[in-house]
Amino acid sequence: MTGITSEAFILGCSAIGAGLAMIAGVGPGIGQGNAAAKAAEAVGRQPEAQSDIVRTMLMGQAVAETTGIYGLVIALILLFFRPLLTAYINLGL
Amino acid sequence: MELLVNYGGKTYVLPDTIVNTFVVVIVLAIFGILVGRKFKRLDPAAKPGKLQTFMELAVEGVENLVVTNMGPQNLKFAPYIFTLALFLLVSNLWGLVGLTPPTSDISVTMALALITFILTQIFKFRSNHGFFGYLKSFTEPIVVITPVNIIGELANPISLSFRLFGNIMSGGLILTLVYAGLGMFSPIVAPVLHAYFDIFAGVLQTFIFVMLTMLYIGGDAE
Repeated sequence: MTGITSEAFILGCSAIGAGLAMIAGVGPGIGQGNAAAKAAEAVGRQPEAQSDIVRTMLMGQAVAETTGIYGLVIALILLFFRPLLTAYINLGL
Repeated sequence: MELLVNYGGKTYVLPDTIVNTFVVVIVLAIFGILVGRKFKRLDPAAKPGKLQTFMELAVEGVENLVVTNMGPQNLKFAPYIFTLALFLLVSNLWGLVGLTPPTSDISVTMALALITFILTQIFKFRSNHGFFGYLKSFTEPIVVITPVNIIGELANPISLSFRLFGNIMSGGLILTLVYAGLGMFSPIVAPVLHAYFDIFAGVLQTFIFVMLTMLYIGGDAE
């Protein structure tokens, strides 16, 4: 651990944290896939209602996406606004 | 482009997203004034032109959407919804001309979501007959669930704004990475990504933001 400054260590850990935060993308992926599968089934059963089904599917998928977006926002904050580094500097050690 | 503003001896930096917001507003205002002036002098008996047909379709579409989602008694919200849709559409597609989209700034989307939130609270006040009815509406169906209700109410503007912000911001970020990483080969990949992130995601997020705004307001403005 010699030769690594505390700032660099915090930056590296923030990058790892940002990467871990993006694991949140798994959930919306599964959910959106489920929604698309059900919509495909529904279109197969009732092709004349296709426009309604697609609209409802996109609405639901966009709402389901929100949790993934939260993860993305956390990752962006860790990478670009670096609150941990600011907190460390403010400690004044 | 960023602007430096000198005010009272200090220099403030206006980020490019804010400058682009003003540009979008000015462009839309000029468009609105020109279209309004043109339509005022229009002959009702004449054959409608292309612009008139398009604008009539758009206005009727928004009014139909408002009636189906909020009920015919809330038709007065149609101008606000149309303005919101137009602003969001133009700002989301702003990335196509190579500028930063205004909606990739959390302050813009948060402001729009807060308008929805405040309108929702005002209508809750009205439909519950005053302050105590409003407070009491949080304790339903049972008292224990009050914190969940309050958090659920506060989560609405946050999820509404972060959804739009995250989508547009991540699209711009990925495109910046592609342009920086691929260099002269980026024109091979970039058009597909522009079509997906700017056009598809931009139009979809506009529709979803407007739709959720209508559902939130319409749910409380009975």
